Amino acid sequence: MVPLSYYLVLSGILFACGVLGFLIKRNIITIFMSIELMLNGVNLSFVAFAAQWHALSGQVFVFFVMVVAAAEATVGLAIIIAVYRTRETLNVDRVNLLKL
Amino acid sequence: MTPQNLSSLLYTIPLLPLAGAAINGFFGRRASKKAISTIALVFCGAAFAMALFIAANFSSASAPYSYELAHWLRSGAFSVDFSFYLDQLSLVMLLVVTGVGFLIHIYSVGYMWDDDGYYRFMAYLNLFMFFMLTLVLAANYLVMFIGWEGVGLASYLLIGFWFTKDSAAAAGKKAFIVNRIGDFGFLIALFLMIQHFGSLDFARVFAAVQPMPWEAHAGLLTAIGLLLMVGAAGKSAQIPLYVWLPDAMEGPTPVSALIHAATMVTAGVYMVARSSGIFDRAPIAMLVVAIIGTLTALFAATIGIAQTDIKKVLAYSTVSQLGYMFMACGVGAFSAGIFHLMTHAFFKGLLFLAAGSVIHGVGGEQDMRKMGGLRLYMPWTFLTMSVATFAIAGFPPLAGFFSKDEILWKAYSSPSGSWVFWLIGVITAFITSFYMFRLWFMTFFGDYRGAEAHETHDAKLIATPVSHGHEGGHGLPHESPWVMLGPLFVLALLSVVGGWIGIGGRFEHFLAPVFDNVGLMQPPAEAAESSKGTEILLMLISVAAAVLGFLLAWGLYFKRPRLPAKIADGLGGLYRLVAGKYYVDEIYSALFIEPVIEGSTTILWHGVDQGVIDAAVNESAHAAREVSDATRHMQSGNLRSYAGWVAAGGAVVIAYMVWMGIR
Repeated sequence: MVPLSYYLVLSGILFACGVLGFLIKRNIITIFMSIELMLNGVNLSFVAFAAQWHALSGQVFVFFVMVVAAAEATVGLAIIIAVYRTRETLNVDRVNLLKL
Repeated sequence: MTPQNLSSLLYTIPLLPLAGAAINGFFGRRASKKAISTIALVFCGAAFAMALFIAANFSSASAPYSYELAHWLRSGAFSVDFSFYLDQLSLVMLLVVTGVGFLIHIYSVGYMWDDDGYYRFMAYLNLFMFFMLTLVLAANYLVMFIGWEGVGLASYLLIGFWFTKDSAAAAGKKAFIVNRIGDFGFLIALFLMIQHFGSLDFARVFAAVQPMPWEAHAGLLTAIGLLLMVGAAGKSAQIPLYVWLPDAMEGPTPVSALIHAATMVTAGVYMVARSSGIFDRAPIAMLVVAIIGTLTALFAATIGIAQTDIKKVLAYSTVSQLGYMFMACGVGAFSAGIFHLMTHAFFKGLLFLAAGSVIHGVGGEQDMRKMGGLRLYMPWTFLTMSVATFAIAGFPPLAGFFSKDEILWKAYSSPSGSWVFWLIGVITAFITSFYMFRLWFMTFFGDYRGAEAHETHDAKLIATPVSHGHEGGHGLPHESPWVMLGPLFVLALLSVVGGWIGIGGRFEHFLAPVFDNVGLMQPPAEAAESSKGTEILLMLISVAAAVLGFLLAWGLYFKRPRLPAKIADGLGGLYRLVAGKYYVDEIYSALFIEPVIEGSTTILWHGVDQGVIDAAVNESAHAAREVSDATRHMQSGNLRSYAGWVAAGGAVVIAYMVWMGIR
């Protein structure tokens, strides 16, 4: 059996990649994907713990996260399209105002 | 009239002038001068009438009267009330204060009529009367202290009445500050009384003192006595705190007469006499009082010789006469001191008012060298001033003779007296006579020397606040209006007959119940009988001293008016020393004032205030700014940098938890 720590390390690496991408990237789509990456890194640690301790609640929680992530993706993509229509760019450095 | 009824009237006497002060102070600005005068005079006159009424119904048998108006402080066994007290001593003071005060109120109507601050002046005068009467009628030391501080306040307001003049404002401040030094001593004395007697009531304090033994060595009573004397020296202008009184002459002349000659400055004498029970058992304190009084009398009299400002001469004369009163108190002759206090109020009040009339008549000039020959221009002022001058010089049968002679005799014969006090007293009497007649001759005799001064009178008229209604130049000196002369006549009459009540020891006998605890120092009756011859001899000597002073002044300032200048030149440094008032002000300035200002500037101002308090505030603000400067870059407005900070913060938290977990 693969030890828990391996999963956790992988989960940490995934989360760190997400953070790094969020901070470095300028393209708003990539930033969005980085957020998904972080969520999934966390999901991995949830299921790993759930498998380790034989507790279902961790796995249930992962579904919640997935649902929220899907909803978020829907709304987020809609916003991105709206932004692109007004600003004609996906570079976040140019979308730093809360007004048009 | 029952004693209870009489007692219950006491508190109305101070309250009447207070009402006058309040009405004039609040509404006087828009009132007509007639209305202001009416209110001021009616309320002051009512207080006088009330005092007369009380005096008429006063009976020594039922004295002292006392009346408690309201509770004030209650703390455990200690209590102080607003209560009033009347015995023979307060009655004398009451009559002097209201009587002389009322006359000076009348005089002020004429003297201050053209001043812009007329309503203010009248309100202050009434306010002064309120505090002075509170002081005199108080039944305990704390109420007395209210009056004591209040008259100081009124004095400050009136000295600085022409506050736009720098010198007047400075003189007011000086009077107030010097008085604070005295008040400090007075307060400590009160604290000692509270600690040891548990009360400030006159009756209870003296009852507590009564069984205490005579203190041959310094003890509690000596300490209280000396501290009270510090207070008295401040208020009554004795060495070393007399310096404020001559400067106080910056105030309007009626103020000098009322506050700085007749009433307020005698408060110290009154307080010492009131505390006779304490002083009586503290011979060391008594000796100090006598020495201070004697030295002040001589010292101030010598300064008076060389002054040229008519009011300054009278101011130093006042200091000197107050010295006599303290000398009397110091040798245990309290009633003689109070007697002199009363006659002094008459003739010194008169001297100041007459001097005011002179100043008024010559258009604001106070320098005697620019007067002269005024007896032809102002005969009534001359007449009244002459009465006062002869009275203060001690010519019989005028008032000053009786009281001064009483003091000198007591200074010699009292068990705690000594021929040294008597000798200095007689020398002072001679000097007093000399400088008073010098003033008299310089002002009223010879030729008028102010002629050329009058050509530039218009400029002076603007410079001096005593403005006249005269259009154009002031012209020759003129007599004052009747409203000013009236009080002069009354006071002149009192200066003549005021001393007669002391003939045959009647005054002393009247006051005896107040001072009956002063039993330890009375000479045996037979000794008093056998010394009758000595008393007459000493009386003749003091009259001779007065006549000698007169003759000397006559020779120097009437026969040969050029001689004094030559003598002054001949004396050189000595003359300059006296004319410069022994440079006491300069010495005080170098010894106390400069170091205090210097210390305040360098240590308190630059050191503590700027260095610690301001620096703490400034530095904390500066530090906050530094920190903000360093951290404000975090708030860049760039969303991703915020995310970076969040990530970094999360990393730190996790690292901390991991580290804690490992440990």
